[in-house]
Amino acid sequence: MREAFVAVLTELAPSHPEMMLLTGDLGFGVLNDFAARFPRQLVNVGVAEQNMTGLAAGLALEGRTVFTYSIGNFPTLRCLEQIRNDICYHKANVKVVSVGGGMSYGPVGMSHHATEDLAILRSLAGIEVYAPTDLWEAAEATRHLIESRGPAYLRLDKSAAPLTEHAGERFEPGRIRVVREGSDVTLVATGGIAGEAIKAADALAGQGIFCRVLSVCTVKPLDIETLARAATETGGIVSIEEHTVEGGLGGAIAESLMEAGIAPEFFVRVGLRNTFSSVVGTQRYLRGVYQMDAAAIMKVVVKKLGAKAEVPA
Amino acid sequence: MSVATVESTRALAGRIRRHALRMTSLGGSSHIGAVFSCADLLAVLYDGVMKVNARRPRDPERDRLVLSKGHAGAGLYAALAERGFFPLEQLWTHYQDGSELSGHVSHELPGVEVSTGALGHGLSIAAGMALAGKLAGAEHRVFCLLSDGECDEGSMWEAALFAPQHRLSNLVAIVDYNRIQGIAPVADVLELEPFADKWRAFGWAVREVDGHDHAAIHEACRALPFETEKPSCLIAHTTKGKGVSFMENSVLWHYRTPRGAEFDAALEELEGPEAACGPGELQKLGARR
Repeated sequence: MREAFVAVLTELAPSHPEMMLLTGDLGFGVLNDFAARFPRQLVNVGVAEQNMTGLAAGLALEGRTVFTYSIGNFPTLRCLEQIRNDICYHKANVKVVSVGGGMSYGPVGMSHHATEDLAILRSLAGIEVYAPTDLWEAAEATRHLIESRGPAYLRLDKSAAPLTEHAGERFEPGRIRVVREGSDVTLVATGGIAGEAIKAADALAGQGIFCRVLSVCTVKPLDIETLARAATETGGIVSIEEHTVEGGLGGAIAESLMEAGIAPEFFVRVGLRNTFSSVVGTQRYLRGVYQMDAAAIMKVVVKKLGAKAEVPA
Repeated sequence: MSVATVESTRALAGRIRRHALRMTSLGGSSHIGAVFSCADLLAVLYDGVMKVNARRPRDPERDRLVLSKGHAGAGLYAALAERGFFPLEQLWTHYQDGSELSGHVSHELPGVEVSTGALGHGLSIAAGMALAGKLAGAEHRVFCLLSDGECDEGSMWEAALFAPQHRLSNLVAIVDYNRIQGIAPVADVLELEPFADKWRAFGWAVREVDGHDHAAIHEACRALPFETEKPSCLIAHTTKGKGVSFMENSVLWHYRTPRGAEFDAALEELEGPEAACGPGELQKLGARR
């Protein structure tokens, strides 16, 4: 996804001279072309994320549109207070970008796994949170962020779901996209792991279970209408995120539906449960270990729908 | 802008101190020692050094001040009110229910560039502003007033590394070096000496000054930038609680609120005209004593 992100920045940099990209000494190979073509719009600030975030706030208060760029938790948790006080409180036009959402950096280890960022970032006032599921969403979200004003967080995954856009579709920030129609259950996913949801849905369709699959690029503000419709029309909701189940997408859905007075027939959060990703392996392998791959999602659906079928009418 | 004189700066410093004393007393807030420590620095900055205009607080050509030691907010509010950015009467709401004047400085007030309070943030923001100014070829300068205590923060030194690398000669860090931090002397917590050498080693052009000598501070500011192509650091040797004998060099007055006989005694010692405090506020002040 980072290539899609950088491609859009590169495309729009000439027409947006106010746009700047700050990197915390990461992006080797990916940012070289951008750096060579737009040296006045890129600053490698060094391995210093707190300073990067404060700098970004200062630049933004002077009228710049600033992207801060690093991996995992470095541009988020490491400098959370700067994001809270310097960016969000001042409504500074800074877009925090993390490459490597969830367990993208697989065998590198838990230090590089961003598995609490959605929960923590979305709790900040005035920030929008984006976690694209496929390359189209990654590019379109980036395009949107260059034009939009105010704080935002963009979580980019190494993996991406297969392209899900419909012909001629326009990206609508804040809108959840229906990428598979279905009426038996709804799978709601954010980030590249949406690919596992789609895989599960396709396999379950072969067994006569039709899943609606929702792609949540905008985690905040959350599109409650589409979720409410899904809960009412399909009964069950399964949230899927490469993230702790506490406070992330699943938490956000639960909060919103409960407050709207809508109770799905069942609700399951697929994600990390009070554990760090300590096992060594690729992103794909870890999704299996931590029960969030297509097979695990299928198991959840079959168990829940099976249990429902067993209830006497 | 009126021409600054030693007398005009001295008068402004006196008013900042008296206002701040009254504000902290009315609001029951703390940090009066830290305000007195930098009152003379603020007075010099707002008496002829910084190009600011209360009628156009967002003028793109203005000089910027980031008060990184946000706990000295009462001092900055007092200076801004004296310079006409908002009415003096507003000062007497400081720290109280419904006021816009929070204990740590707030950008909701005209003339305040950024809200601070969490230490170690200001120099990065100021460096970002300075970088923007430099990229735009602008003439204005960005001042950042730091405490010595906040030099414990790692983020401070991240910013200190950045500014020389990018030749931010339009950036001026002023350190209020009173040698007393939150609950103890700096030397007993994390010694900063050799302090000037640290800044020099990071690539800054450094000068040291008596932070209560208005003429000397004015002279140092006239010499800005101290070297071309380098950010400037002015280490101001100061006395915490300066101006009130029993507050000077005292750890106690970082957090203590001046009230009752202590308030009266402090006011007695401070130079300057009586603050333009309304009868309602004076009554309230009496009630709180």
